[in-house]
Amino acid sequence: MIESLTCDVVVVGAGVVGAACALYAARAGLDTVVVDRGPVAGGTTGAGEGNLLVSDKEPGPELDLALLSARLWAELAREGLGKAVEYEAKGGLVVAGTGEALAGLERLAAGQRAAGVEAVPVPPDRLPDLEPCLAPGLAGGVHYPQDAQVMPALAAAHLLRASNARLLTGREMTGVLRGPDGAVRGLRTDRGDIHAPAVVNAAGTWGGEVAARAGVSLPVLPRRGFVLVTEPLPPRIRHKVYAADYVADVASDSAALQTSPVVEGTPAGPVLIGASRERAGFDRSLSLPALRALAAGATRLFPFLAGVRAVRTYVGFRPYLPDHLPAIGPDPRAPGLLHACGHEGAGIGLATGTGRLIAQALTGRTPDLDLVPFRPDRFPEEAE
Amino acid sequence: MRAELVVIGAGPAGLAASLAAAARGTRVVLVDAATETGGQFYRQPAAALGAGRPEALHHRWRTWERLRDGLAARSVRVLTDHHVWCVERTPGGFTVHALLGPEQEEPAEVHARAVLLATGGYEHVLPFPGWTLPGVVTAGGAQAMLKGALVAPGRRAVVAGTGPLLLPVAAGLAAAGVEVAALVESTGPGRLARHGRALAGKLPEGAGYAARLLRHRVPVLARHTVVRAHGDDRLTGVTVAALDTAGRVRPGTERHLPCDTLAVGHGMLPHTDLAEGLGCGLDGLAVAVDAEQRTDVPGVWAAGESTGIGGAALALAEGHIAGCSAAAHLRGTAPGPAPAALKARTKLRRSAAALDAAYAPPAHWTEQVTDDTVVCRCEEVTAGAVRDALDLGAGDERTVKLLTRAGMGWCQGRMCQAAVAGLAGCPPTPSRRPFARPVPLGVLARQHTQEELS
Repeated sequence: MIESLTCDVVVVGAGVVGAACALYAARAGLDTVVVDRGPVAGGTTGAGEGNLLVSDKEPGPELDLALLSARLWAELAREGLGKAVEYEAKGGLVVAGTGEALAGLERLAAGQRAAGVEAVPVPPDRLPDLEPCLAPGLAGGVHYPQDAQVMPALAAAHLLRASNARLLTGREMTGVLRGPDGAVRGLRTDRGDIHAPAVVNAAGTWGGEVAARAGVSLPVLPRRGFVLVTEPLPPRIRHKVYAADYVADVASDSAALQTSPVVEGTPAGPVLIGASRERAGFDRSLSLPALRALAAGATRLFPFLAGVRAVRTYVGFRPYLPDHLPAIGPDPRAPGLLHACGHEGAGIGLATGTGRLIAQALTGRTPDLDLVPFRPDRFPEEAE
Repeated sequence: MRAELVVIGAGPAGLAASLAAAARGTRVVLVDAATETGGQFYRQPAAALGAGRPEALHHRWRTWERLRDGLAARSVRVLTDHHVWCVERTPGGFTVHALLGPEQEEPAEVHARAVLLATGGYEHVLPFPGWTLPGVVTAGGAQAMLKGALVAPGRRAVVAGTGPLLLPVAAGLAAAGVEVAALVESTGPGRLARHGRALAGKLPEGAGYAARLLRHRVPVLARHTVVRAHGDDRLTGVTVAALDTAGRVRPGTERHLPCDTLAVGHGMLPHTDLAEGLGCGLDGLAVAVDAEQRTDVPGVWAAGESTGIGGAALALAEGHIAGCSAAAHLRGTAPGPAPAALKARTKLRRSAAALDAAYAPPAHWTEQVTDDTVVCRCEEVTAGAVRDALDLGAGDERTVKLLTRAGMGWCQGRMCQAAVAGLAGCPPTPSRRPFARPVPLGVLARQHTQEELS
């Protein structure tokens, strides 16, 4: 069926970031269409754990975006979406095994507090009050009450539903329409054109390809991650718990395997352990060494897990940009084109803030955050 | 444990493969999860039961005796009670990771230069109202109870669904003294007849079962289906109805059949988890193999139901061909399988394709599935929840799973996958299950420590 549509903005990508862009654009009064080549949550969103974390971010633009997003997630939950997206304000607990790691963690926490994060030091003898099943002998930790969780696929689906945007799945973007002045005037798809004065690239790991099809370069690369899922258990792990070396990994540029698992219970019962981080292109094949490292890390934190069975594992690809910040906002190289992608492993958490900033850019309002660090054209053009 | 060839699965395909390879001088280790070799087809009564005439429950007992005696005569190392959860590619070949049963807590490893997957198939059952009641069992489950535990599942049974398995199950139950109230097959007799020529090899077998059903006065209701199972805490009866030629229930044809057991099955699906974990390509839902039963991963062969559902005789032929090929490649010689096996494979594959085309669940089975019918039993997801997910923008089985948790539980969708796909209106797709069975985190963690030390 070939049809031609007209709207105010067309969002490419029905993952959680595209859904949040659609929600805030629609709330700003824009007639919105969302296009995806697959189904809802078919890409990285569907492979995410649903971490809404402020704890793992160093002070800077990403932390500011995380704090804005955390406020917006809490607001959406209060508005009544909380149950549908399985929002849980469970809080995070970051632990350190050695005095040295703890000193590093406390330095980070001090900086985060200055940026507006609640970060409460927890002495070793108080750790069991927060997490009774934690391994003994840890040096201490920091409690982050603002860390929260949603179920990513449900979040994308329900944000889209709440937006009332027209959702066109199974439709692939093939290019953009341009006006005589070169400005973007809509989207070409394999099933007809969509006319709109604005196009938002929220295509996640596919964002680089969407940018290229729109005639600009955006160096989005995949970073592979495995998550281990256990059999369902009665609730025994109350927070998102992870070891302090996670922070170092997120900012790391090393291509070697780095694993520092986040361990958490879910409302449905299974414990999630994840995620590994490695650069392996889009290779989906199973990596037992990565899974073994996840299991080792998790059982070090929670010894009782050694007797618990992993029933499955899944792989996802985090979309990252070279400086580990997302691209958010208008692309000066192609007027009418905006980007909202490259959130690496934090896309679920950063989706709401990203959606709000995109809606503000679309309606010409002053954005809540300075968009300069997120400029899509901040990378040198790739040599042809 | 080291071997040249490790064969996974000791059913007809795995047994034939092990014998063929061992006869050609290959050191074979044969691994199986059960306590005895034989697989589902040659399932053995537990030794403690002291069965006097186990052959009474079996078809082609002499073939089994030949395989069993061959295994004893050859130097095949048999590892029973080994539950394989993953096969890993290593620099020198492959490592088979297993858990020792019945607790499945202690790990065991087999290292080999080549792997032969004879992992068989599993039954699939489509949901209908009442199907989760105690007293409803799978057709294969009823057969396993008869063969393995020498126990009849009830006193008055209905056998229902579709596929060639229903005949022997009904005949077996009747022979064991169960009153079989009806065999309810959704395929019409005309469709089977149309595929008669290709089925020639199978027909004498089918005719034998039909004669036994006649002898036990089992009514056969072709082009019928079970629309509901009744009972409060357990099954008390079923409602069956006739189907029209389009596969819809014909209104007004419903009738009630009292029974305490319903054995239901809608065919078999290939077990492909280990093959997919190794990166082997699939052909539809089965492992893709070439004329020598090689997969597209060097060093990995596959035979039997995992390469396409076709029955025990086909599995024996494929196993033999695969075993010959694996041995030849390990020895650097020409395969040379028995010409009879090649001929049998060609013929039996043709009849398997015909059976597959002939037997099908009712085209509109989803219309009978009420919103409150549980589809995924592990996660207790109803058909209504699946329909809501479709409404939320899920267009396929994977997204339905993400939005509802259908297929995320203990069985990892083995039971409900085809049903979810049917409700979503799309064909079932292979679902990746990197762990062929659940594995304790402690086992994985210890392997990590060993890796770091080595």
